[in-house]
Amino acid sequence: MSRDGAPSLEDIIHAYGADRTRLMDIVIAVQQRLGHIDDAAIEAIASGLAMHRVEVEDMVSFYAFFDREPRGRNRIRLSKTPVSVMKGAREVARAFEEALGIRIGETTADGLFTLQWTSDIGLADQEPAALVNGMVLADLTPADAPLIVAALRQAGAAGALPPYPPHSSEAAGLPKSLIRSSLVQSGPLLAGPPVRAAGLRAALAMTPEAVIEEITTSKLRGRGGAGFPTGMKWRLTRKSPGVEHYIACNADEGEPGTFKDRLLLSEFPDLVFDGMTIAGYALGGRQGLLYLRGEYAYLWDDLQRVLKDRRDQGLLGADICGKVGFDFDIRIQLGAGAYICGEESSLLESLEGKRGSPRDRPPFPTERGYLGQPTAIDNVETLVCATRIMEKGSAWFAGIGTKESTGTKLMCVSGDCERPGVYETPFGITVNDLLDLVGAPDARYVQFSGPSGQSIAPKDFGRRIAYEDLSTGGSTMIFGPQRDVLETALQFADFFVDETCGWCAPCRIGTVLLKQGMEKVVAGRATLADLAETEALADTVIRLSRCGLGQTAPNPILTTMRSFPELYEARLAAAPFEPLVALDDALREAVQIQGRAPVNGEA
Amino acid sequence: MAADVFSLVIDGIEIEASEGQSVLEACDAAGIYIPRLCHHPDLAASGTCRICTCKINGRSVAACVTPAARGMVIENDTPLLTADRRALIEMLFVEGNHPCPYCVASGDCELQALGYRLGMVAPTQPYQWPARKIDATHPDVYLDRDRCILCSRCIEASRMEDGKTVFGFEGRGIAMRLNIDAAGGLGETQMAAIDKAASVCPVACIVLKRDSYRVPNGERRFDKAPIGSDIEAKRAGHKS
Repeated sequence: MSRDGAPSLEDIIHAYGADRTRLMDIVIAVQQRLGHIDDAAIEAIASGLAMHRVEVEDMVSFYAFFDREPRGRNRIRLSKTPVSVMKGAREVARAFEEALGIRIGETTADGLFTLQWTSDIGLADQEPAALVNGMVLADLTPADAPLIVAALRQAGAAGALPPYPPHSSEAAGLPKSLIRSSLVQSGPLLAGPPVRAAGLRAALAMTPEAVIEEITTSKLRGRGGAGFPTGMKWRLTRKSPGVEHYIACNADEGEPGTFKDRLLLSEFPDLVFDGMTIAGYALGGRQGLLYLRGEYAYLWDDLQRVLKDRRDQGLLGADICGKVGFDFDIRIQLGAGAYICGEESSLLESLEGKRGSPRDRPPFPTERGYLGQPTAIDNVETLVCATRIMEKGSAWFAGIGTKESTGTKLMCVSGDCERPGVYETPFGITVNDLLDLVGAPDARYVQFSGPSGQSIAPKDFGRRIAYEDLSTGGSTMIFGPQRDVLETALQFADFFVDETCGWCAPCRIGTVLLKQGMEKVVAGRATLADLAETEALADTVIRLSRCGLGQTAPNPILTTMRSFPELYEARLAAAPFEPLVALDDALREAVQIQGRAPVNGEA
Repeated sequence: MAADVFSLVIDGIEIEASEGQSVLEACDAAGIYIPRLCHHPDLAASGTCRICTCKINGRSVAACVTPAARGMVIENDTPLLTADRRALIEMLFVEGNHPCPYCVASGDCELQALGYRLGMVAPTQPYQWPARKIDATHPDVYLDRDRCILCSRCIEASRMEDGKTVFGFEGRGIAMRLNIDAAGGLGETQMAAIDKAASVCPVACIVLKRDSYRVPNGERRFDKAPIGSDIEAKRAGHKS
């Protein structure tokens, strides 16, 4: 302990057993202690873990929530997405700028506040939303900004930094900290109060092989959108040789417009933990890992409390539910702001305390995953489905939905509609059915399955939501007739520039070039040749990129091009060629320095 | 045929491969050149550049990190893949600052050589003109990040061959940079001119001082023959 009673860096490193695979936790704790990770902290962590400083820096510099430079005591992060912008996020940002006397991205002179944009924080149904010291505020208006700033000032300028992960009760003092339930319509999966461990007890009455068989018979497929058969994943993991076998729950819900995992973790955590425990039993694992995105740090305390209850009740630990020899526990790994970590191999890297760059496959995680051991990585919703299947039987589950897509899907609906929120709907309904349900009679288009999915025009609203037609992770952003399709595509292109990990060249550079190409379109300066070039570039990035991020990053541009060619054509410049940079813009600085008036249309 | 030797087909040509080889290694051994940039024969493959992307059994994957397997059908030298690779080389050119005409590595640079081999005339994408730092703190080794293509060869070589971990990455996305294991730059590290890490750079990011014009322009590796010729010579040798 240091003199002020706070843990020293040595204490923090010691608390994690000087284990370099726990570097995420160590850096989070060090930043909580010091406010930022300075050179001395990098050196101390490196020497405490017997690492090189360049290795520690490599990891720390990767995550958006880690700071190498001092920032304000209070961190205000405003969610910037096309949906938040349509709901007034820019006006809220301006109100914060006025209340604080700084611009977005800056820190106040007294060191009390830093104001920033951040990527989607999983509250698309309650935008504009913000994270303040990790706590969450929703449905913000410009009038809230000065009140929030005043409340933060009152909460104390001196003393230790605000706790992180934040305590749940901390939020109470701030305006707009009451988050309403996102669940608008529940179905077979979420209806009725969940009974803790009902599914788990049913599973433990069977052999592990029989559990896998039951999941396979239910035809459950991964709910993240890729749709890999869950039973097969568990079977592959179980039969892969390894010292340990792991189940990892992917709660890095970063796809803009998705918020179902937040709902499940805050209102149905036992169904999630039951599912992880069932999976652990089925695939022969003793440890489960829940990777919780940094944006959901405010769920930390509640989730830990549920885990403790479960340990007290014998649902975690040794001989679970009296099943002799079945020992299993769950660790929550908090992330630190990186969309790429939702990609399963990046998630594994992050779980091991490294930068979240994807791995090449093969080997697949089912063979070599966490710490090189066989690992099944499942979406939060998938595990909830597995719990219910054990509770109610595979026949019940397979009786819902379509032939290839059994069960229900949690659709996260936001944007221009009357009733945004989570809707549990059986697979097989059409986009039109969903739009009727949520009250969006005049949708101009739907961004389906997030920016990595596709833009769907009304001509395709009759298509079915199912793996065999429109596959989705759940994100459904609705845009009304007043919205600018191209401007939105540009915002999504910008999102991928922020979130590309940088490891592979086509995605690192391609996302930037695609965004610049789209800027030219939106500015009305793109020619027909530019469009062809942008399309070709998009296809190249898809073919050459290493992981799903690069392979889908061009989708917002490509799918709007294909759904709305007339909007692109209407924005084209008539000239056969326009340079990327307008002459006026290129000369503006020179003209200014020369202190003369621009001539002939210069600047 | 031994148990661990099998055949696969690349661009219609049947070649032999053995268990444990990557597709790229198997093709190298058979004298078939797959363009590549980040791959170095002495180092573990990192798969950062994706130039060696082929269509293997219908899927686009990087040949350097894909294990060769029995009966694989591979497309390599196709107009579409060449166009993709050329576009990617262009991307790398506009991402950094690459003044070939006065660069010390001209004629010995794998990026430049691939540009020639793949038929790049001039980049059609906009130059990004990034601001990057040079590092001249070391007495024998000069670091010019303008040329860096983030291939990770030096990182791998320093860690695995030299046992020093002098290099690493910093940041993410387009802001990613090559980083040094000392706040004060390369001069504060254990880096030595004889290190493997000093000799594996495919461009002119890591340059030995006082050594640059030992081989004059016009007489360098790729002045004499296109990149990949050495590999292709093996196949010509088999035939004759």
